Amino acid sequence: MQSALSLSFSQTSLPLANRPLCSSNVAPSFTPRNLRFCGLRREAFGFSPSKRLTSCRFQIQNRRFEISASAGNGAPSKSFDYDLIIIGAGVGGHGAALHAVEKGLKTAIIEGDVVGGTCVNRGCVPSKALLAVSGRMRELQNEHHMKAFGLQVSAAGYDRQGVADHASNLATKIRNNLTNSMKALGVDILTGFGAVLGPQKVQYGDNIITGKDIIIATGSVPFVPKGIEVDGKTVITSDHALKLESVPDWIAIVGSGYIGLEFSDVYTALGSEVTFIEALDQLMPGFDPEISKLAQRVLINPRKIDYHTGVFASKITPAKDGKPVMIELIDAKTKEPKDTLEVDAALIATGRAPFTNGLGLENINVVTQRGFIPVDERMRVIDGNGKMVPHLYCIGDANGKLMLAHAASAQGISVVEQVTGRDHVLNHLSIPAACFTHPEISMVGFTEPQAREKGEKEGFKVSIAKTSFKANTKALAENEGEGIAKMIYRPDNGEILGVHIFGLHAADLIHEASNAIALGTRIQDIKLAVHAHPTLSEVVDELFKAAKVDSPASVTAQSVKVAV
Amino acid sequence: MSRLLQTPFLPSVSLPTKTRSSIPGFRVKPRTIPIQAKIREIFMPALSSTMTEGKIVSWVKSEGDKLNKGESVVVVESDKADMDVETFYDGYLAAIMVEEGGVAPVGSAIALLAETEDEIADAKAKASGGGGGGDSKAPPPPSPPPAAVEAPVAVEKKVAAPVKAVAASAVHPASEGGKRVVASPYAKKLAKELKVELAGLVGSGPMGRIVAKDVEAAVSDGGSVQAAVAVKEVAAAPGVELGSVVPFTTMQGAVSRNMVESLAVPTFRVGYTITTDALDALYKKVKSKGVTMTALLAKATALALARHPVVNSSCRDGNSFVYNSSINVAVAVAIDGGLITPVLQNADKVDIYSLSRKWKELVDKARAKQLQPQEYNTGTFTLSNLGMFGVDRFDAILPPGTGAIMAVGASQPSVVATKDGRIGMKNQMQVNVTADHRVIYGADLALFLQTLASIIEDPKDLTF
Repeated sequence: MQSALSLSFSQTSLPLANRPLCSSNVAPSFTPRNLRFCGLRREAFGFSPSKRLTSCRFQIQNRRFEISASAGNGAPSKSFDYDLIIIGAGVGGHGAALHAVEKGLKTAIIEGDVVGGTCVNRGCVPSKALLAVSGRMRELQNEHHMKAFGLQVSAAGYDRQGVADHASNLATKIRNNLTNSMKALGVDILTGFGAVLGPQKVQYGDNIITGKDIIIATGSVPFVPKGIEVDGKTVITSDHALKLESVPDWIAIVGSGYIGLEFSDVYTALGSEVTFIEALDQLMPGFDPEISKLAQRVLINPRKIDYHTGVFASKITPAKDGKPVMIELIDAKTKEPKDTLEVDAALIATGRAPFTNGLGLENINVVTQRGFIPVDERMRVIDGNGKMVPHLYCIGDANGKLMLAHAASAQGISVVEQVTGRDHVLNHLSIPAACFTHPEISMVGFTEPQAREKGEKEGFKVSIAKTSFKANTKALAENEGEGIAKMIYRPDNGEILGVHIFGLHAADLIHEASNAIALGTRIQDIKLAVHAHPTLSEVVDELFKAAKVDSPASVTAQSVKVAV
Repeated sequence: MSRLLQTPFLPSVSLPTKTRSSIPGFRVKPRTIPIQAKIREIFMPALSSTMTEGKIVSWVKSEGDKLNKGESVVVVESDKADMDVETFYDGYLAAIMVEEGGVAPVGSAIALLAETEDEIADAKAKASGGGGGGDSKAPPPPSPPPAAVEAPVAVEKKVAAPVKAVAASAVHPASEGGKRVVASPYAKKLAKELKVELAGLVGSGPMGRIVAKDVEAAVSDGGSVQAAVAVKEVAAAPGVELGSVVPFTTMQGAVSRNMVESLAVPTFRVGYTITTDALDALYKKVKSKGVTMTALLAKATALALARHPVVNSSCRDGNSFVYNSSINVAVAVAIDGGLITPVLQNADKVDIYSLSRKWKELVDKARAKQLQPQEYNTGTFTLSNLGMFGVDRFDAILPPGTGAIMAVGASQPSVVATKDGRIGMKNQMQVNVTADHRVIYGADLALFLQTLASIIEDPKDLTF
């Protein structure tokens, strides 16, 4: 209801409210103004669509370019070199920089390594290239699948170097796009390791610059637990694995989260056998239990994968002198030795650790927590005494709130909104996440147990709606009927609490749900929206239609529809 | 439209009637004989049309618990979902035959239900007899008609019926069992599926690791014989577009792979000329009874192999070899778009008439591309015959995973000098055996061929 009301309201009034702020170069005040909790909702209608960044941040759109060219990288305030200095040119820093220029801020971005950070160079981007290959291999190798299409294909094979080149070429291309997009807008790209010297003062290399506001966006590096010796050849992290220098016959993957799962998909498609080592009692912790159970049935059990759960890899030694990689397993609870594995390679996918060393945090009395920089809900850095450090923000993996590239970017945009005078609090529950296995897994909001716990505490009922890809025409046409979508919602008011999808192109399907959560759209309203037939999106449509909500559709939503 | 196609994701506990009949061995029939048994089996139900086995997620009840009709007893995981299985009879859960985490094929007994407490002990005894000892201990079945299955999920049956072996796959072949076994993930999976004990295997992988092919080798004595000789009609048949590039079909791809793989095996060849007058005479006699020349040759070869087991052996890892326990003669058949090697299993033991019938059936299936894997990949020795085309001698490539292959040429009238100094006309054919020299030596083949020649030249044993 609320969403629908604000929809009609904001369309007319908000642009008026915003325009003066955007165009004037008045130094933004620090105190939050226009406080609205779910800022995204506001923001979405506050700008004309042409000015908004699209989700694909890596392309320079002509239209965008024109706008910014006229705006330019704004002139700095008198006493500072820059309005905004961003330390770290990963996806988070990039998102913040682009938005800052759009808002008229003179912006610099400092990078000590390569532009693009983890995501572009050693993460999401090259891994998608490998997964694109593994998806095709899987299809071509699946004789039954091909036969069902009436296709005949001769034996599928691959050239390892060719696959590896595809991944590195993609990373290079995206990196160049990213660099060019910033250069075209006039963002100063400064090379060197950045460190905070004091309030509003940053050093990179031998240079010292001042900035009215500073954003730390230094990201993270693979986390390697102690006892594990990484040699980069047989005991590797995702950084090495993405180069695909070898395809071992048998690889142990320590950790069965997103990274581990995606690599298991790649390696098994290329002919490796995989052993998962998971410290928790269940594979794929963190996913909705029902989804992880089904995913295990599709992604683990039929493949050449086995697993050990409830164990730690206490010691891993790389292969040498003709000996294989040795992995010592101990019970996660009792710490008793449990087993020893001898494998050809081990991939350490136990998560990521913040990269915050050498940032000069001691200069401003900031104490990291397990390496993470403590921040409040507005990404403002909190010092050792629990006080806010003025003009200093930290976004992305370095603050550990939600370690996803697009979350970092959203946080960066949120910070820029704040420093340009519009208060903004990012709703992290509306940020979707995806795992690009075949088929894909995606999610947004709460898992079922989390939602039920919240419901019990706050006294509301929680309902579940489910649909299957088996009933979707498009999925069946692709012979990919495996998968489910699941929505967790409040039957009393139609609020979407969480959506989890496992199936063909799940990562692309989640946005209807994440946008609904971000905009506060209720099920009774969105269920009236029309989806093209036959499309995979109908899986999500069915989900909305299957929900049983007690509240009627809001009147305004319908009237808006009529107006359109 | 898609809405109409929508099916409920989780089927409710009641199943469509179709699923009931998909339980192997059960047909829904009118109940003719009242059930008098006091001990009933609880079966692994078919929870979906594609389900072949189910995993016990958890037992809701434990042994000795009293059960009321309609109560959930066990949670079963199918290929699709988890479901509660209910009981349709009051009684006591007497014995659990498949523990939690175990897997059982659809239709096999997973527990016993006793009607009264007194019968629990009986049921337990039966369970240990059926579950542990296998079929042999089960009482001879007085062939009771299968009881009607009116219950949607829980399936019951008279206990006097043959107790089906419970899936042994409840045992996890992991390395915890005292002795350490290093086996790759897929090898473990296969071993579980094929019910192979990993502890007894010799690994051929790196550092002696057991890999998938070791498990496969342990299962099929013959190993996979997909292709034997490149028998291809080279002449441009009508309908072939000259100059066009044609991608391999699946079968050609498989042949290609096998042929390349065969290069890793050091082979050698030994030839022999065999007089076939007696065989030809025999063939004329039994032809009317449906006996084919292929069957006769296969039979003769099998009898010779029985006396020279080394020629029927196979070496896969380069470190050891297997004396195959059965003699399965694979015979190469050219079919449209490739060739396949249907297998005459136990050719030394099966009589010539059955063998001929079997052969006809296999060839028909091969032409229709309906051969099952065990019908073409279990050969231990291969025969390839091009005699019908007038080929008098040729040379065959050894299919990987087997010890030897014999190329058979045409039987032709030849002028022969006999020992007593006379010259005569005899029908003779040339055979040429290709063998894996890692395990089969020249003398082995020579002796084998000598035996084969003596059998063919005096073929009375072939028809018993």
